[in-house]
Amino acid sequence: MSAHALFRPEDTRFQVDADRLIERLARVLPAEGLVVDEDARRPYECDGLAAYKQLPLLVAIPDTIAQVQEVMAICSELNVPVVARGSGTSLSGGSLPHPQGVLLSLARFNRVKHIDAERRLARVEPGVRNLAITEAAAPHGLYYAPDPSSQIACSIGGNVGENAGGVHCLKYGLTVHNVVELTVVTVDGDLVTIGSEAPDSPGYDLLALFHGSEGMLGVIVDITVQLLPNPLTKDVLMASFDRVEDGGRAVAAIIAAGIIPGGLEMMDGPATRAAEDFVHAGYDIEAGAILICELDGSAAEVADQREAVEAVMREHGATAIQVAADDAEKARFWAGRKAAFPAAGRLAPDYYCMDGTIPRKHLATVLQRISEISEAHGLQTINVFHAGDGNLHPLILFDANQPGQLEAAEAVGSAILQLCVEVGGTVTGEHGVGMEKINEMCVQFASAEIEQFHAVKRAFDPQGLLNPGKAIPTLNRCAEFGKLHVHKGELPHPELERL
Amino acid sequence: MARVSDRSQSIAERIAAASEAGTPLAITGSGSKAFYGRAPQGEALDVTGHRGIVNYDPTELVLTARGGTPLAEIETALDAEGQMLAFEPPRYGGGGTLGGAVAAGLSGPRRPFTGAVRDMMLGTRVANGRGEIMRFGGEVMKNVAGYDVSRLMAGSLGTLGVILEISLKVLPRPVAAHTVVLETPMGDVFRHSEDWLRRGMPLSATAHDGERLYVRLSGARSAVEDATRALGGERIDDAPGFWRSVRDHTHDFFTSEGPPLWRLALPPGAPLPALDGALFSEWAGKQLWLRSAADAESIRRETARLGGHATLFRGGDRSGEVFHPLEAVTLRLHRELKRAFDPAGVLNPGRLYPNL
Repeated sequence: MSAHALFRPEDTRFQVDADRLIERLARVLPAEGLVVDEDARRPYECDGLAAYKQLPLLVAIPDTIAQVQEVMAICSELNVPVVARGSGTSLSGGSLPHPQGVLLSLARFNRVKHIDAERRLARVEPGVRNLAITEAAAPHGLYYAPDPSSQIACSIGGNVGENAGGVHCLKYGLTVHNVVELTVVTVDGDLVTIGSEAPDSPGYDLLALFHGSEGMLGVIVDITVQLLPNPLTKDVLMASFDRVEDGGRAVAAIIAAGIIPGGLEMMDGPATRAAEDFVHAGYDIEAGAILICELDGSAAEVADQREAVEAVMREHGATAIQVAADDAEKARFWAGRKAAFPAAGRLAPDYYCMDGTIPRKHLATVLQRISEISEAHGLQTINVFHAGDGNLHPLILFDANQPGQLEAAEAVGSAILQLCVEVGGTVTGEHGVGMEKINEMCVQFASAEIEQFHAVKRAFDPQGLLNPGKAIPTLNRCAEFGKLHVHKGELPHPELERL
Repeated sequence: MARVSDRSQSIAERIAAASEAGTPLAITGSGSKAFYGRAPQGEALDVTGHRGIVNYDPTELVLTARGGTPLAEIETALDAEGQMLAFEPPRYGGGGTLGGAVAAGLSGPRRPFTGAVRDMMLGTRVANGRGEIMRFGGEVMKNVAGYDVSRLMAGSLGTLGVILEISLKVLPRPVAAHTVVLETPMGDVFRHSEDWLRRGMPLSATAHDGERLYVRLSGARSAVEDATRALGGERIDDAPGFWRSVRDHTHDFFTSEGPPLWRLALPPGAPLPALDGALFSEWAGKQLWLRSAADAESIRRETARLGGHATLFRGGDRSGEVFHPLEAVTLRLHRELKRAFDPAGVLNPGRLYPNL
């Protein structure tokens, strides 16, 4: 946000001859595929994190893989940075343009190329929306499992770049568990296949390395995902608890009982009330927390599991349990959870959504600390989270028109992420580091690790042209941020002068 | 009481010294997979002393252990809590360490239904080729901070770093399991498996020995009972023993004298390869074991034609291309990555590919 410096001097070191670049790109792109005019570039100046804005030097909108290869070859030759972008729904500024670079829009790569229903594979272009894959697979009784909350808008290429998760990933995995093959354009324009339709491929697991790499290693131009058969039966339960801690203990007990639900989501009291006001889902507004649990499988299996889950919930203090009677009610139970973010928008003029993961056993402590941190800054935070996997999404409420509140929200966010690291978690569970959390990376990683990340990056992109300034901080940035990971009493980055 | 010992520092120091001197190191665990990959070269760096479970919290579904910890010790600890390593790592010769299982990247019978070793990786501590100790990932299910170096370690055969510590996602052990045996041709395994999965049956393994198809069902008692009734077929006496023999290659197919053993990884629904030799099918037809005297080139050409790749798994010439050759750009990326982790080229050089 505004209090952060966006790009640092080392990220904007490029000497770009714009006229020459335009002339070269114009030869390979269709006329409407090269956006030079400032007004036309304006819509690209931010992604889903609207507080960060930066106009790109140019926008390139290729139609074909060959054009992507040519754009990359030209940019490599002329030493021009490139930021690839799909739907631009990143919540961490991952597709924020670079001031000296080309914003490479993959919006035209929006076709589902092939649904292979027999082998349960879908071959899609990177600009295809997440939900569109499931829509294309639905007539065959199949679906694509990872379902980020933004699935109606976010594109699959970005899902790979961020290793997106969602409600179903405790049981069905993240994007990395559901993608089998990528076609990638390297920084210098080569085309390479990563992964395979077979269960594995020879050599290093580059497929895993590309997931969550935030557009830093190559440009993804084609993706093959695996599809799953629709579950035969699905039950959705909703339980009320007086306290968040009781709900947290119920979650641990469900897992200890050997049950992995298809979805397991929790909202604290304030989030529940906000959601209820917004969608009228029939939520218990007296509850300190509600837990939504989805069970799927064969009819007999789901019946067995439902009985066990209800017993565990009661044993851990559930004050009420409702089981959705039909599909409409299942959808209603989920509607509030899925609308929690817009619902927060009704509580305050602005909200800032954080994303960190913690070991679940620290849930109660972490929520208590979040509340204390927020209060100390004069703000309120409400909590919705993927309870099954410990991925928190605190929503920090503020009013950007009140002087100092934006900075306070930012300070609360940063303190929450550092708290996640302190209890053994991470600064990002599914939104990515992007530009937003790059300083907090200095808290989670020591200098050898950060240097190793840079070495990995150089293996793919020796000139550092792909999405510079994102995801992995420079050691200079860490030193300046002053929030350094102290390991066993030793300060990291001892080689740097302290300011 | 299991032995517990942290040798991180001495391992890192040994690597740093080797890096300085340019001395290749051959990382060794229990030696259960010494036959696998290209022939090891260099001074032995024994990591079996670096062992012990560091953290295990059943309700978090996470276990962290040192690289030299025997698989048997880990499986015993998990078993006591009703949990398991869902990728069923092979224990060739009855042994194997966790670090070796991850470095080899091999998974057992449950792999196509629950996931591979790389799918369960949450975090690692590794010593790179400069002897720097680094931690990547962690003990939480969702983590996208930095590149996923942890999963990159799976199957890298120790060429990128010595795996000091591993955090894995573990899963509840299914409460019920049953194996049925059916008379059906090997070429029909994929079609049948798909049909059963879409009918909601809790498949957890398939194996076809050339004559009969073995199907394991695991999950909630009701689901296993329903599926067993629907499938019919015969029972076998010792189902767990049978699956162990497939996992650990103690089944007759693997132990008999004969030509080299190849592993073919194939896309779903691929037809059987037109190759001379004996076949054993696993993973709903996606993993085939081939005993064949045919030349490497024809085996690779036929497997690639079907969209897969072939590994000379056991026997044959261990100084040649044991793994499927990489395309030029991919090979260049591999060399650059190796250099990024191990600039002096001292960690298991040549074990995966020549000059890597």
